[in-house]
Amino acid sequence: MSAAEGALRLGLLGAPNSGKTTLFNALTGLRARVANYPGVTVERREASVELGGRQTVIVDLPGTYSLEPLSPDEEVVNRVLEGELDAAPDALVVVADACSLERSLPFVAQVLERGRPTCLVLTMTDELQARGGSLDLPRLERALGIPVLGVVGHRGRGLDSLEALLGRPESWSRPSVPAPRDPLERSAWADSIFASVVGQRPGAHGLTRSIDRVVLHPLWGSLLFAAVMVTFFQLIFAWANPAMDVIDGAVGAAASAVQAALPAGPAADFLAEGLIAGVGAVIIFLPQILLLFGLLYLLEDVGYMARAAFVVDRLMGRVGLEGRAFVALLSSYACAVPGIMATRTIPSPRDRLATILVAPLMTCSARLPVYALLIGAFVPPTAVWGPLGLQGLVLLGLYLLGGVSALIAAGVLKRTLLAGTGPPFYLELPSYRVPTAKLWLGQVWGSAWAFLRRAGTIILAASAVLWLLLHFPASEPPAGASPAEARRHALEHSFAGSAGRAIEPVIAPLGFDWKIGVGLLASLAAREVIVATLAQIYAATDEEASLREAVRADVHPETGEPVFDPPTVAALLVFFVFALQCLSTLAVMVRETGGWRWPAFAFGYLLTLAWGASFVTHRAVAALL
Amino acid sequence: MNAALPLPPSVARSLEEVRCLADLEPGDRAVVHAVDPSCALGRRLIDLGFRPGTPVRVLRRAPLGDPTSYALRGTQLCLRRSEAEQIAVFRSPDE
Repeated sequence: MSAAEGALRLGLLGAPNSGKTTLFNALTGLRARVANYPGVTVERREASVELGGRQTVIVDLPGTYSLEPLSPDEEVVNRVLEGELDAAPDALVVVADACSLERSLPFVAQVLERGRPTCLVLTMTDELQARGGSLDLPRLERALGIPVLGVVGHRGRGLDSLEALLGRPESWSRPSVPAPRDPLERSAWADSIFASVVGQRPGAHGLTRSIDRVVLHPLWGSLLFAAVMVTFFQLIFAWANPAMDVIDGAVGAAASAVQAALPAGPAADFLAEGLIAGVGAVIIFLPQILLLFGLLYLLEDVGYMARAAFVVDRLMGRVGLEGRAFVALLSSYACAVPGIMATRTIPSPRDRLATILVAPLMTCSARLPVYALLIGAFVPPTAVWGPLGLQGLVLLGLYLLGGVSALIAAGVLKRTLLAGTGPPFYLELPSYRVPTAKLWLGQVWGSAWAFLRRAGTIILAASAVLWLLLHFPASEPPAGASPAEARRHALEHSFAGSAGRAIEPVIAPLGFDWKIGVGLLASLAAREVIVATLAQIYAATDEEASLREAVRADVHPETGEPVFDPPTVAALLVFFVFALQCLSTLAVMVRETGGWRWPAFAFGYLLTLAWGASFVTHRAVAALL
Repeated sequence: MNAALPLPPSVARSLEEVRCLADLEPGDRAVVHAVDPSCALGRRLIDLGFRPGTPVRVLRRAPLGDPTSYALRGTQLCLRRSEAEQIAVFRSPDE
């Protein structure tokens, strides 16, 4: 695991918002390796650096206010300290916000109990000064018996002396008297130490107070929240489009260039349509991810995200989630991939998992082409009320069905599979700060890189395999077939075509025939792929007017009834509301939950839900007509 | 027992004023009286700074009425009603 044998291991401990991660980034630059601890949805961040001429691995432990775990998930910090998940750290660095040292001292006592070499780093000493506070650090050092150092992490001030200190933990002083263990005695101990080192308590952050008067105002705060959330939605839904179109165009051009340069045949096709298109399927997500995390980390660094969670917490609390799940779910309305990545801001792993599992239910933009095809072909464009038409209403209904189902599913999961008393809810509202570009860029790049490295490889491999299934075994088209008919013939006799026929008995109760079956299998790559696949099956010349005509005209060979009758269309629409047909989402779930178990569960429960809901819809519509 | 014995006025007033943190209104000030250290939630609240003797100010409620933000020990912390109910406080008289 560790980069170098015999390297010094330092564990960074501290509360969320203590500036711990900022300090970690300042010490390690962009060298952090991010992974999950085995078996838990808690992120492990560590980086190998040279401190004072010595190879050192710095481990950024999950933020915590206490070493007394309230849930199995919080035990991760303890298990790391005891060396159960990893090599135990040789020395511990407690990071605390200088403005809330008073609150953090009992935590220092808990860390000292471990008996490891320990030092205390106070961050944001500039803010302490600005708020008129002062602390006697040499006296604090004597009172605690451990080295104490003040820094301004995000401006890099004090880092040189910190690096020198961190490189030689053998020389750190150790406390002569152990800190008390009983929680109340511990707080008395903390109070007496704080009283002896505080010169002046920091006053309230004046600017923060003024800003909060607007940002947390019942009316203005709610409006601002709505505006910010609309911006998030627009970023992913609309503003990422130009960049995505450019990527789409470039990938298409690269594929054509390869096909033109190589002799025609399966190898060239695989390279162009399988591999290059697969790479395109990965990088197409980058604009959305960069934009979402750009805004998310900007607002997080400024201090707004905690406020947004405060504003919306009650709403999410109804279904057992918390305020911080809102951004993730809303982003999933555009695309579940960045949405699921955004769940990292949720501290309770149980809530985070529940949010990840329901995120695919939010109506992502990839469903839109499918809805557009089916609604355009089968729902009459009658006006219902003013500018509102029946087609628009059906579309709105599908969006709402997705959102409501996600909330219900979250409520059910939190009462069943993910039930249990998680950590209690508390949320610290940090003072507003001016973010620094370096830290922000590091965070955004870190997310994009994590996606490319972990999820991207899975997406690429899966796209290549799916391409092979859709194109092999190759079969000779009948003589005189047009190119469109030849493509249809190839698909019909491919593995995917056979699989479509094989699953026909299972999907027949929903009114789906083998052609829809092939479409559903192909749409595993991404939902919108069903449109292109149906176009191929129906040998349509384009994906719009001609495909619409073809699906309308299709009849069952035996009965002569239309394949796409109203119950089938309704069932197919509902199927797309629920089913998790998206390899990229599954891949990102694998990355975020640290294994295949939860993605497999999500796929299974959503498929069951999709089948059941489609079945009921098919029956209900058939009975009504 | 000694019901007839009058309590000193300051003690009598403070006893009347013991209530749970959740029942205070924004703008109120209070001092933490007790948090049950025998339950895990109580211990966590103590770790978060709600130790007996800590001055707390109720800042504001969220637009939907819950949670509520509190100022204590140099930080701003938000608790849901269910958590704030676990904290007994002396309400400080209005200034």
